[in-house]
Amino acid sequence: MTRDARRDRGREPSGDRPAVMAEFASGPALLAGIRALRDAGVSRFDAFTPYEVAGLQALLGVRRSRLTWIALVAGLVFGGGAYLLQWWINVVDYPLNIGGRPFHSAPAFIPIAFEMTVLFAAAAALVSAIALGGLPRLWHPVFEVDGFERASIDRFWLAVGAGDAALDRARDTAALVAAGALRVEWLGAPPDRAGGPP
Amino acid sequence: MTASDGAMLDELLPGRPGDAALSNQLLSTTSRPLTRGWKLAFAICGALTLLLFAMVALTVLRGIGMWGNNIPVAWGFGIINFVWWIGIGHAGTFISAILLLLEQHWRTSINRFTEGMTLFAVIQAGLFPLLHLGRPWFAYWLFPYPSAMDTWPQVRSALPWDAAAVSTYFTVSVMFWYLGLVPDLAALRDRAPTRGRRIAYGILALGWRGSVQQWRHHKVAYYLLAGLATPLVLSVHSVVSLDFAITGLAGWHSTLFPPFFVAGAILSGFAMVLVLILPARRVFGLHNAITPRHLDAMAKLVLITSWIVLYSYVTEIFVGWYSGDRYEMYQHLVNRPSGWYAWSFWLMLSCNCLATQLFWSRRMRRSPTVLFAVALLVNLGMWLERFEIVVVSLSRDFLPSAWHFFKPTWVDLGILTGTLGFFGLLFLGFLRLVPFVPVAELKQMRTELAHEPAEARP
Repeated sequence: MTRDARRDRGREPSGDRPAVMAEFASGPALLAGIRALRDAGVSRFDAFTPYEVAGLQALLGVRRSRLTWIALVAGLVFGGGAYLLQWWINVVDYPLNIGGRPFHSAPAFIPIAFEMTVLFAAAAALVSAIALGGLPRLWHPVFEVDGFERASIDRFWLAVGAGDAALDRARDTAALVAAGALRVEWLGAPPDRAGGPP
Repeated sequence: MTASDGAMLDELLPGRPGDAALSNQLLSTTSRPLTRGWKLAFAICGALTLLLFAMVALTVLRGIGMWGNNIPVAWGFGIINFVWWIGIGHAGTFISAILLLLEQHWRTSINRFTEGMTLFAVIQAGLFPLLHLGRPWFAYWLFPYPSAMDTWPQVRSALPWDAAAVSTYFTVSVMFWYLGLVPDLAALRDRAPTRGRRIAYGILALGWRGSVQQWRHHKVAYYLLAGLATPLVLSVHSVVSLDFAITGLAGWHSTLFPPFFVAGAILSGFAMVLVLILPARRVFGLHNAITPRHLDAMAKLVLITSWIVLYSYVTEIFVGWYSGDRYEMYQHLVNRPSGWYAWSFWLMLSCNCLATQLFWSRRMRRSPTVLFAVALLVNLGMWLERFEIVVVSLSRDFLPSAWHFFKPTWVDLGILTGTLGFFGLLFLGFLRLVPFVPVAELKQMRTELAHEPAEARP
């Protein structure tokens, strides 16, 4: 195992260091391509699209992001913390008598506690969205593929992870083209069951 | 469903341009040659920004005695402008967050534009409380930190609430805006004409590839931030209104204030959206992305919020009378309609409640000239409303012997004009540096509304 492969292992199992990539002109064509390979037993899919394609996540069996839970915990911890901090500074450490009002004035502590809940829940959501998506990572092997720059504009790319044992170069190229692929790119040494690279 | 969605799409995105055409058109706003109009506007705004910095420097060096504030009018232009600017920001969040959750498709074309407006308006707003402190270099005293003086902020006062609300609002708005921007920054990385720009946009895009995992988390985070921004935007102007409402002054001490302030904020914000979007649409030729349908929807929201504001005015006056409190009655029944500043009261009513009635007519709602004119009037009217609340209430408070007429100084006027220029400067830069119509979102809206078949195979 090369150092690169070791370093990349476990990052994004499907799609990182793809073995094959195929370019499609539309979302539905991309879905057709995935179905064609899936029928042949391929499983390690990833897709790169300029916007969300309806039905793609369902087709790949992607579950709902757990990011909401991270945000919930962050919001509760920091919101509760903000309340406690206010209580501590205005009741315990530095009590100030303002017109005889109670030191522990719960309604007056709510605005800041609320704002901090929102602030930290939002920050947690943003950071999680970036981190769970494997970012920031300015370079990625897929960027080396010719024409991939249109993946952010109007092309829909399918990738199959290099570790997928079910790949078969001749068969899968034909299946992808039949499904509407505009171009099929095999990267690196292809796992060709028919006997080595041609 | 299909027929009406298709009809809506034809109104929102006439011609239904394809992905490539739409991307080229919308991304090109960052690289097409600068027009003379843009350069002229940029020069004017730059000059006004310099004016602002000079006036701020003067205020900091000489103190807020340079302003027209007096006793009892301790809250002159500084607080009026603060409330006005922060209110303008609210429509941006309303459009980008609340209308997203309500699945209003027309928001898609204009949401980034209005979020930009929010950010830059909040920056202007933030200047004023800072300067109004008199010693802005001590502003950090508002935040709880273990100080060598062994003291802590007094969090039962509305001032720390304000600091928390405004800084949270700004931060969350930036995060929401950036998250929505990432896919479009990636498109710019792939499309920008020069290597330098590609590198800059590439770094900002963080290496976005649009993979399944990235979209999966992006979408959830985007909706979550919208959900969080919704109560936030309602809380910010409510907290601002508490600065007034928790005092004992006649005309301020009212439970009506939080919703009244929020409604006014959204009214002024929608007006500002119209003031900005009509010229931008014309200069950049985006009539297919920002259509009469969008203008129509915004005009209706201006009309609705203007009625809510009118209702609040009436309620305020009624409660002032019904309270039986002589100071409240004097404030609402004598001082505002017939006092020193009666002109501002009647002008405010004409701008906020009378001019907007034009929007009952569909033809007026779709006429850029009328929209622009009415929007300017509403912005003026909403500024006068804050003048009414701050200056008119304070200048005649309780004892007639303590009354004092308020007159702004040239520094006050310079700062107000300067913030308009600084706002314009930031906004022009924004129009130039990022695609201000969200490209990825618009492309997705097109596929959804056109019902382009998701199932290509039986």
